[in-house]
Amino acid sequence: METKYLIIGSSHAGLSAADEIRINDPDGGLTMVSMEDCLPYSPTVLPYIVSGKVDADEIRLRDEQYFADEKISFLKGKKVVKIDAQASKVTLDDGAEIGYEKILIATGSEPTLPPIPGLKESKYHVLRTMEDAQGINKAAEQAKTAVILGTGLVGMHAAEGLAEKGLKVEVIRGRRPAVLPNYFDKTSMQMIHKVFLDHGIGCNLDNQVASIEPGEGEKAKVILKNGNAIDADMLVVGTGVRSRMDFFVNGAPQMEEGILVDDMMRTSVGNVWAAGDVAQAVDFFSEKKELNAILPDAFEQGKIAGMSMSGDLKAVEAVPGLGKQEGFFYNGGVSMNTFNFFGNRSFAVGLSLVEDGGEYVIHVASDADRCFYQKFVFKGNCLVGAIGINSSLDPGVIMNLIRRKVDMKDKVEDFINDPQNVSRRIMWETWRGVAKI
Amino acid sequence: MTQAYYTLAVHPEKCNGCGECEIACAKVKADSTDVAHSRIKMLRNFTDNFFGPVVCMQCGEPTCVKSCPANALTKDPDTGVVQWHEERCVTCTICTLGCPYSGIYYNPVTSHVMKCDHCGGDPACVKVCKTGALEYMKNSDLYKEQSPLEDLFAPGLAGCMGCNTELMIRHVLRHVGPDTVLAAPPGCVPGQCVVGMNGECGCKVPSFHPLLTNTASMLAGIRRYYKRKGRDVTCLALAGDGGAADVGFQSLSGAAERGEEILFVVIDNEGYMNTGMQRSSTTPLGSWTSTTPVGPALQGKPREAKYMPLIMLMHSCEYVATASMAYPIDFHEKIEKAYQASKRGFAYVHVFSPCTTGWRFPGDMNIAVQRKAVETNYFPLWEYERSKDKLVFTYPVDEPKPLESYLSVIGKFRHLSKDQINQLREQAIKRMSVLQRIAELGLSSAGTKEQLLVAGEGEFKVADVDVSGVEWGGMPKSHSKSVKSGSN
Repeated sequence: METKYLIIGSSHAGLSAADEIRINDPDGGLTMVSMEDCLPYSPTVLPYIVSGKVDADEIRLRDEQYFADEKISFLKGKKVVKIDAQASKVTLDDGAEIGYEKILIATGSEPTLPPIPGLKESKYHVLRTMEDAQGINKAAEQAKTAVILGTGLVGMHAAEGLAEKGLKVEVIRGRRPAVLPNYFDKTSMQMIHKVFLDHGIGCNLDNQVASIEPGEGEKAKVILKNGNAIDADMLVVGTGVRSRMDFFVNGAPQMEEGILVDDMMRTSVGNVWAAGDVAQAVDFFSEKKELNAILPDAFEQGKIAGMSMSGDLKAVEAVPGLGKQEGFFYNGGVSMNTFNFFGNRSFAVGLSLVEDGGEYVIHVASDADRCFYQKFVFKGNCLVGAIGINSSLDPGVIMNLIRRKVDMKDKVEDFINDPQNVSRRIMWETWRGVAKI
Repeated sequence: MTQAYYTLAVHPEKCNGCGECEIACAKVKADSTDVAHSRIKMLRNFTDNFFGPVVCMQCGEPTCVKSCPANALTKDPDTGVVQWHEERCVTCTICTLGCPYSGIYYNPVTSHVMKCDHCGGDPACVKVCKTGALEYMKNSDLYKEQSPLEDLFAPGLAGCMGCNTELMIRHVLRHVGPDTVLAAPPGCVPGQCVVGMNGECGCKVPSFHPLLTNTASMLAGIRRYYKRKGRDVTCLALAGDGGAADVGFQSLSGAAERGEEILFVVIDNEGYMNTGMQRSSTTPLGSWTSTTPVGPALQGKPREAKYMPLIMLMHSCEYVATASMAYPIDFHEKIEKAYQASKRGFAYVHVFSPCTTGWRFPGDMNIAVQRKAVETNYFPLWEYERSKDKLVFTYPVDEPKPLESYLSVIGKFRHLSKDQINQLREQAIKRMSVLQRIAELGLSSAGTKEQLLVAGEGEFKVADVDVSGVEWGGMPKSHSKSVKSGSN
């Protein structure tokens, strides 16, 4: 078959692009391919499937009616086997070929396995698809103990979910002796770590896995480097992901960790775009291209890709500098995450890991007993990073102050003293176009 | 077609920090006085006198909706409200990371996120806000109703920059629809609109140009003709003040007195603008015009304007109203009533239509000038329906601003002396007093404490009078014999 627009992937980036394409081109042939045979969902929701908070059917991002209304041909349960970028042709696992005029790669990422001897032979679980989540839940019905490899978002969410189901959980770190090391600094990380320990989850950050001995069924024996062994009824691995992009033959676009894109999500191949976890776009701070696999970036990149694919950015492209100035183009990836755990809330945005000194000024308020933490990182009068644990701040307001490079001038001290009111006021005045600051 | 929705408008400059909105919201949403439950938040503790509530603005492209991994936030296509669905929410709080305006927040008491949902269409906070810092705007209803209708004037008409007439005639004709014959007597309406250009008419309904003197009579004939043929055609006049109050008054008055079924809309720009800004009988005292200039001999128009709407009120019309495009909901309600009334009798709508060129004010200020005229009670908005026999102020202004605030923004009044301003003010007071009295007492003044100036019932007995001997001045006696009492 032939189609004008082909989107591979049906999560946030792909759907956002589809919506945007349809705004500008209501009739152009639009086909969406998903390797999973189900309605679209977000991988971000999977920890809550594990914890039992929601069911697989409740949280679908679109229904059948959406595809009918938007005239999108949705091919689910079809995996892309190869993409011939020169011939502009995709081959699916059932042998079907789709010729396209423009293609968006929104295939996200897939879990990676650490090079631990015996891991591949074990019946381990990952948490990247609905099937994975349902597999974990099934295994958890019988399991009494679980070992989780990885202290990132996936590992920690899985730990909480399984602990709440009554399992005895042991979390073992990956490369770094830290919990959520990409987002939280030393102090805040320790607070989070403590909460997990207080809830009976084992998480000794000195432990490292040497090898794994697969046992009966799901069981495994995890051998640590210090010689100790932990018996697990089930094994969950959350040590990292990598972009799903191994299907190009003939003229693949440039790639590093992800598919390299410019600020309109275009790859080095003229009719190929990429968006979401698979794309490597410019970073807001370093101005170099880096992966920034977070949900808000996925839909934003998807939107820009959709605009670019449907020709909506042509007028803007024609004027050098205009796109960036007017905000049509991607203005860079900012790290931003929320992490809620055992009734506590936390968020980390921007350059949250910066410690004191140099060109940055740090302001910290901390109360370990109440599990409260608030950190602001300033460069001059601009906020560039923040962390909050159980703070009353609005993460979005803080994130926008960073993103918009708001110069707080002489209000920095007021902000430090009352960040909630001052930050809200700044954003409200910005919106109303009467920025008093 | 884009949608339009009700809006919860926030004016932080009017906020006095009383916090009643927070309490009202908490009460309605959580049956509590703990403002942690309030979806609308006060901002406080500033050194300058800033308060100002913050609340969800129901964004057109809500980032929170896109951020939600569980489809627990949706934008309602009918109301535009961004709804939160508790049953699907996983409290990941990524929505709070998306919202730039603190519209959705985490409630630590309920352990859920929460946001404003307009209380289903009747916001509790608006009701308790005494300063007007919170307003629930329902203008979108008008947009939804009118925007699908066809604009029956062509695009690209040659009105002056900022012309109000071009705006209002489009609104009027779109509202009354295509089964209309349009009479446009000489003036701005035919000149810039109906006549069109390059041999093509600017108007998409059958239209004609009566003489300035006979708009109402010509329309009357057309209406009667179509009725006789069994067709209900709206006969619409878009007349200037010249064609209505001056040379056109004679035929207008006659048609109204006869109860002709016409919708007569008067576009009062207080002068003959199309022909070079000459004065008319609706030009106010003191106005500069080309025939009442300002110089050593004259300081603008020496005479007061005549108030047409009240004159027309005394014609037993089916409907009489004053209107302004600056109040579009009021405007359309009146056009609708006038349109319906014109099927039964004479409907007269007097529209205040400032002229940027003739009055000399900037082209982007027309609506602002109209608002000032209404807010000073210089041009009060009222209507009279014969079926109800009541004169009603449709936009009562209880605390009018000083007349100077209206006069100051208009170039044609720039030279006014204190005396002239006072005279204008007195005339405005007179107008308002008469209107108010009619509004209070009604036209028939029955059942009030005022003494009846027309006596009550008397005896009606036809007299048997012989007029055979009556001299009919200059007429032959033989002729007089044919005159009998009671014949006319």
